[in-house]
Amino acid sequence: MYEFEFEKPSTVTEAVAALADEDAQALGGGQTLIPTLKQRLAMPSKLVSLSGIAQLKELSGNGGMLTIGGAVTHAEVAAAAAVSYPALADLASHIGDPAVRNRGTIGGSLANNDPAACYPAAALGSGATIVTNAREITADDYFRGLFETALEEGEIITAVRFPVPEKANYQKFLQPASRFALVGVFAAKYAAGVRVAVTGASEEGVFRWHEAEAALDASFAPDALDGLSVDAGGMIGDLHGSKEYRAHLVGVMTKRAVAAAG
Amino acid sequence: MAKVSMTVNGKAASGDVEGRTLLSSFLREQLGLTGTHVGCDTSQCGACVVHVDGKAVKACTMLAQEAEGAEVATIEGQANADGSLNTIQQAFQDHHGLQCGFCTPGMVMSAAALLKDNPKPTEAEIRDYLEGNLCRCTGYHNIVKAIMAASGQDVSSIAAE
Repeated sequence: MYEFEFEKPSTVTEAVAALADEDAQALGGGQTLIPTLKQRLAMPSKLVSLSGIAQLKELSGNGGMLTIGGAVTHAEVAAAAAVSYPALADLASHIGDPAVRNRGTIGGSLANNDPAACYPAAALGSGATIVTNAREITADDYFRGLFETALEEGEIITAVRFPVPEKANYQKFLQPASRFALVGVFAAKYAAGVRVAVTGASEEGVFRWHEAEAALDASFAPDALDGLSVDAGGMIGDLHGSKEYRAHLVGVMTKRAVAAAG
Repeated sequence: MAKVSMTVNGKAASGDVEGRTLLSSFLREQLGLTGTHVGCDTSQCGACVVHVDGKAVKACTMLAQEAEGAEVATIEGQANADGSLNTIQQAFQDHHGLQCGFCTPGMVMSAAALLKDNPKPTEAEIRDYLEGNLCRCTGYHNIVKAIMAASGQDVSSIAAE
């Protein structure tokens, strides 16, 4: 790692001020950022840890809405959402491995927006709202491609608000070495309609499969998806799976998610 | 440099560290606690697992300053007060849960974290929990058996004797 300063503020205001320095970067749980720094793929002048800010560790639910602070870990979501939003808890409980889940945070995952990460599928599939120190961003506006989000420089995710669906499920086809999703599909049924979000598959990062949503609006059953497929053209093709293979998996995993959601 | 202070295996510990100093480096190089092994340094192998405030974490993927004020437990603090092996360590010996031993500190610390939350795990739960701990010698079988035994469960039913 290159050298950097370390700062651990205790309020969002202090963190925003610390991040105003040139080349300062926010540090969530560090489960992606620290390995990236070790490979010298990033050279921040300063890391501003968000782990000491009590406001970002809050988690609350009421009226069909689950609000999760940006610095809440995957393990904490897995435990706290088990009753209120089981599909989200299940997704969180299968990210990485237990030690990673004890450090990695929801805000860190969403800010990084890895194209194969699980949380982007949950946020987009739930129509979540990303709350920052400056504004609120709908998930539909938030994800902008590979590792790209609507966040401005120095903007911090303070919380994520998830509307709790009638039913939902996440199905991940594991890339066995990285434990990221080769393809992951989050399907959620709301009174206002079905949402289907796909991670791991597209060269543009997480996306909604609108055609499947329309079919599932008519009938929330796996066979409603018969004959539907995504275009292999925009899919990721690499040594782990071709574009066509990933496109096929999108259909298979969506059916499994709908079946498991019941 | 910044001063960092924490409690390690029940004793106060402090030192001067850089922003980039990892918890694993602080434990090994400044405190001399070389039982925490660094196998891959890429957050995959789990040989460096320690407990921070009771939770298993990869010490190579956490900055030392993030552990300011924390209670840290490493493999050096696992033995009984008289120096004899604790239940998990003894089970690893009894059931041949190690060969070269490099992964063992992380395996024991992960096992301790698992048994604290889930005192009677099933074989499947143990295998699932060890997803982030790699062993290149044993094929995991005897590690799983050791953890089953350490939890006071019968190990005769574990497959592939």
